[in-house]
Amino acid sequence: MNWISNVVPPKIRSILKRETPENLWVKCPESGELVFHKDLEANLFVVPGSGYHMRIPAKARLDALFDDGVYESLPSPEAPADPLKFRDVKRYTDRLKDYRTKTGAYDAVRLAAGALQELQVTVAAQDFDFLGGSLGMAAGEAIVAGMMRAVEHRTPFIIFTASGGARMQEGMFSLMQMPRTTVAVQRLKEAKLPYIVVLTNPTTGGVTASYAMLGDLHIAEPGAVIGFAGARVIEQTIRERLPEGFQRSEYLLQHGMVDMVVPRAQMRDTLGRVCRLLMKAPVPAS
Amino acid sequence: MASYLDFEKPVAELEARVEDLRALSEKKDSPNIGEELAKLEAKAAKALADLYAALTPWQKTQVARHPQRPHCVDYIAGLIEDFTPLAGDRKFAEDEAIICGLGRFRGQSVAVIGQEKGFDTASRLKHNFGMVKPEGYRKAVRVMELADRFGLPVISFVDTAGAFPGIEAEERGQAEAIARATEAALVQGTPNVATVIGEGGSGGALGIAACNVVLMLEHSIYTVASPEASASILWRDSSRAQDAATSMKVTAQDLMKFGIIDGIVAEPVGGAHRDPEATIRSVGDAVASALARFAEFSPEAVRAFRQEKFLGIGRGKV
Repeated sequence: MNWISNVVPPKIRSILKRETPENLWVKCPESGELVFHKDLEANLFVVPGSGYHMRIPAKARLDALFDDGVYESLPSPEAPADPLKFRDVKRYTDRLKDYRTKTGAYDAVRLAAGALQELQVTVAAQDFDFLGGSLGMAAGEAIVAGMMRAVEHRTPFIIFTASGGARMQEGMFSLMQMPRTTVAVQRLKEAKLPYIVVLTNPTTGGVTASYAMLGDLHIAEPGAVIGFAGARVIEQTIRERLPEGFQRSEYLLQHGMVDMVVPRAQMRDTLGRVCRLLMKAPVPAS
Repeated sequence: MASYLDFEKPVAELEARVEDLRALSEKKDSPNIGEELAKLEAKAAKALADLYAALTPWQKTQVARHPQRPHCVDYIAGLIEDFTPLAGDRKFAEDEAIICGLGRFRGQSVAVIGQEKGFDTASRLKHNFGMVKPEGYRKAVRVMELADRFGLPVISFVDTAGAFPGIEAEERGQAEAIARATEAALVQGTPNVATVIGEGGSGGALGIAACNVVLMLEHSIYTVASPEASASILWRDSSRAQDAATSMKVTAQDLMKFGIIDGIVAEPVGGAHRDPEATIRSVGDAVASALARFAEFSPEAVRAFRQEKFLGIGRGKV
């Protein structure tokens, strides 16, 4: 421990620590190729050689989506914290505090609005770095608010899903986010506004079993794990090895669950195009 | 022959002594034994009542899974006249983990949807232990849409450890099937009432429980993931299921307090399995009064009520 750790309060220390990844080399989990972190970031966290899609932080995702990188961050609605007074190895409230410091976000869903190929859109991005992107009350409330905002402003609604599923620490309040978000999806449908789901790695459990599978269009990023039950649970239940590529985007495409698998580099164009087509907007001027 | 749960051991011992004494009193009619017997019976009854008045969440989990607890088929037999089962999702297969059908509930035409776990090895296999596959949820959607079109209320009975986790279920879109079933229940233009009669396991339960009124039997549980699965996620140790059941607030009483469910149906002393008939009658009464509340509602009103109810969960009440 150096003198900094004795003097600087923990919150600031974590900010100092966050600077370090810039000097790091990142190994591609598929090809083993080493990539300089900065290069990876510049390539939207896709390994240049192998095309492997690493997880991209929600903020970086939003930065890369809108025209000229310009967008408005929408506030996250407040939600009751820790209704169960939950504690596993540590207190849930402490855990939340840690993640808020670490990610700088209120919870696992970020909301934004702005122009995508000159068309106004409302966007939600789930952040896997925040407690596995898990669906708790705050995340559910943000999704509901985002969908309602899209209805109010008559914009398409795009969501990038990334979640292990339910927020265990909130028990049944977490499960209730499935019907709650499903009700909000109905509002989009009634308003005849496009609801586009972009499934990213991973999208599983209660998230897949609610709003993630109710889109007008389902677009998946290459190689993403998308499913209901976890692979480990299935293996334990049936005591068999799972087939190659099981629950991956391409497998879902083959089985009719997604419309297309789109590499991250083409995501912006694809989303812009389908939104404009569904909104009957002409080809963008520029 | 009653089968006892581990924690019922003191009651089991008392009741065994009652039985012994009764057998003895039938042989020789000694007045002393009669008095003794009455005393012991009272003691056993009190022990049972005391035990069940203070069940822990883990004990409730065990009661909810009790092998002799009345199942979906029992509720249908006891409550639904002219029951006419309907099979198949019209897409792939028939899934017997979910029983669907039409029938009369206290004179009124209704649609019924319920999960059935089975009661012996053969029927458990037939019903896949109540673990529903995509076909089952799609059959439920079909029946909900049918009910909607003909203006029939939907009564559902929830009893599953969870949706089936298997390769073929994933292949055929288990997640999508659950999402669509939840959606179909939420947009239903006729009243729907769900009763958790045993285990309400996660999304697999929710698929048939996004209803105007959600009831739970007194000793049933409703969970975001089964206590075993929760323990393995939270502590990486499924043997801590007991801790998970306690900390995750899975009982009817907790969920009523949280405003997540709408009512609790009392069970006979000692649990539903001690008097299935009385339990089924109580559930019938509760379902009837729940449906009566919506008798005058228009389809729009019944839908709006349900959707607002779910949107309101967790807002300001916690």
